[in-house]
Amino acid sequence: MSEKTYIDALAEALREEFDRDENVFMMGEDIGIYGGAFGVTKGMYPKYKDKLLDTPISEASIVGAGVGCALVGMRPIVEIMFSDFMMDAMEWIVNQAAKLRYMTGGQLKVPMVIRAPMGCGTGAAAQHSQSLPALFAHIPGLKVVMPATPYDVKGMLKAAVRDDNPVIFFEHKLLYWTKGDVPEGDYTVPIGKAAVKREGKDITIIAGSIMVPRSMEAAEKLKEYGIDAEVIDIRSLVPMDVETIVESVSKTGKAIIVEDDNKNNGWGSEVVSKLIESDAFDYLDEPIKRLAGKDIPIPYAPELERAAVPQIEDIIEGVKEIFDKR
Amino acid sequence: MELSKEKMLWMYQKMVEIRKFELKVDELFKKNMIWGTCHLYIGEEATAVGACAALNRDDYITSTHRGHGHCIAKGAEMKRMMAELLGRETGYCKGRGGSMHIVDVSTGNLGANGVVAGGIPIATGAALASKRRGDGKVTICFFGDGAGNEGAFHESLNMAGIWKLPIVYLCENNLYGMSNPVKNSTAVEDIAVRGQAYNIPGVIVDGNDVLAVYETVKEAVGRARRGEGATLIESKTYRWMGHSKSDPRAYRTREEEQEWKERDPIKLFASQLMDRNIATEDELKKIDEQVDEEIEEAYEFAVNSPKARVEDITEYVYA
Repeated sequence: MSEKTYIDALAEALREEFDRDENVFMMGEDIGIYGGAFGVTKGMYPKYKDKLLDTPISEASIVGAGVGCALVGMRPIVEIMFSDFMMDAMEWIVNQAAKLRYMTGGQLKVPMVIRAPMGCGTGAAAQHSQSLPALFAHIPGLKVVMPATPYDVKGMLKAAVRDDNPVIFFEHKLLYWTKGDVPEGDYTVPIGKAAVKREGKDITIIAGSIMVPRSMEAAEKLKEYGIDAEVIDIRSLVPMDVETIVESVSKTGKAIIVEDDNKNNGWGSEVVSKLIESDAFDYLDEPIKRLAGKDIPIPYAPELERAAVPQIEDIIEGVKEIFDKR
Repeated sequence: MELSKEKMLWMYQKMVEIRKFELKVDELFKKNMIWGTCHLYIGEEATAVGACAALNRDDYITSTHRGHGHCIAKGAEMKRMMAELLGRETGYCKGRGGSMHIVDVSTGNLGANGVVAGGIPIATGAALASKRRGDGKVTICFFGDGAGNEGAFHESLNMAGIWKLPIVYLCENNLYGMSNPVKNSTAVEDIAVRGQAYNIPGVIVDGNDVLAVYETVKEAVGRARRGEGATLIESKTYRWMGHSKSDPRAYRTREEEQEWKERDPIKLFASQLMDRNIATEDELKKIDEQVDEEIEEAYEFAVNSPKARVEDITEYVYA
């Protein structure tokens, strides 16, 4: 076990999967000598020339060709430079990759991973900064994950590569340079399992992606106010680990959901309805609160960008409001 | 001509199978036994058969929404196709696909596709996989004239051009994208010239002449297998029927249709076979009768098969 950045953990997962299975390779824009827009494959090209296929800027056909490779038994990893650019490839994600197994009565499978950097905080404004996991979580046939730690990103990428379904793999850009303990060698983190990142008894904070470290910091500060928060990292939107969330909320009786996406029809509303449909409903002693981005395209000016999505102080305030109401 | 008599009669039989299968489909449609919609291939049989005759069983194809002909030519069983159209459990897709989405992995058929140009990047990916693995397989990507105006067509040909992929892009130009004549939708007269933009040879072939299609595709498949890259072939042909079941064909004249029907690809091939003493009229008639029986068997198999099971409706979403 040693401390590594999220990027290094990702690169380690890639190298290990390249070495493990000859059918695994990656295709995308500028992933070769350049090393990827965020440097995930930096320095890998000399050794993994054959595994890193630089493509033209053609998102539809990059994803479509990934589907074709997967149908005939390869396990392609497709890097989309910014997750926003998946919009160019929606046909091959939504109408092809997601549906081919079902439409063919199980004859075909699409073991493909689409790696997609998401999120704001880099000043790149609306077309390079949105967070779209909920958009894809609505489509049957896709799996949607958003690991928040270096440990999880290595284990979940390995699990995604080995999964026989198309997996949309969201990496938050602000997480790339965060650090955490990452074991050497092979391990997987199952897709579809949430993680209790911090145990607590007073309230459950359900967060995803960049909102997990923010919620962890908020939880530490909330101790000053006598609030002992439990933090759950949802990790996977599809499949969603409802059991872990229900168990926690049944224990604490309160829930707040913290999302990086904008609020309207976000994944938080799905969590809320799952809680209301579940036994946790009987244990809730306050309305469930949702903190999410504003329903706007991500703006440029630093003050505006910061205000567009929840920050640590917003989470602290949000939790306090629930308790202050009493 | 290096084609054996056996192979030519196989080609004739496949063309007749496509024609008679579709006439049966049309009949069942009119009796409301087939649900949804379907797009008949009648008139274009020479293209599917000539092309697939140039492939091995384990080579790949991707197909279009007008896919029955490609499926049959690549070797799909008509009884399982018919069962799929009737929404039965024994259909290729267990009633989840229907006419537009028939897939038969066992014959290298990666699928008909309900989206115009949907199969083009997928075929490109299959060819990329073959190139990476060096498995010697070739992919034929069938698409229509309409798909030649989709962005993915251009992206994919560019990729095939830069990577020299083992693929044949086979455009079936049947002159209409739904109701829109090619001259109104496409800035060039011949779609084959678009290969030039991607350093891919473009070839035009008479799509109603099965032997011409076979020869042209065979050469392109040979290039692909030798590692010399992709070819774009434009097969000039015509669909006799409307775009789909509800099309009254108001956008074209009955005279135009008649002119094309006079060049019926099956009759043309029959004359070629008889003129060259490869087959007698009786031999061909025997094939026709045999196909009639096969179609009846396919229908009986389908209609007597169990319906798709509602209790399994969520099966196959995830692997």
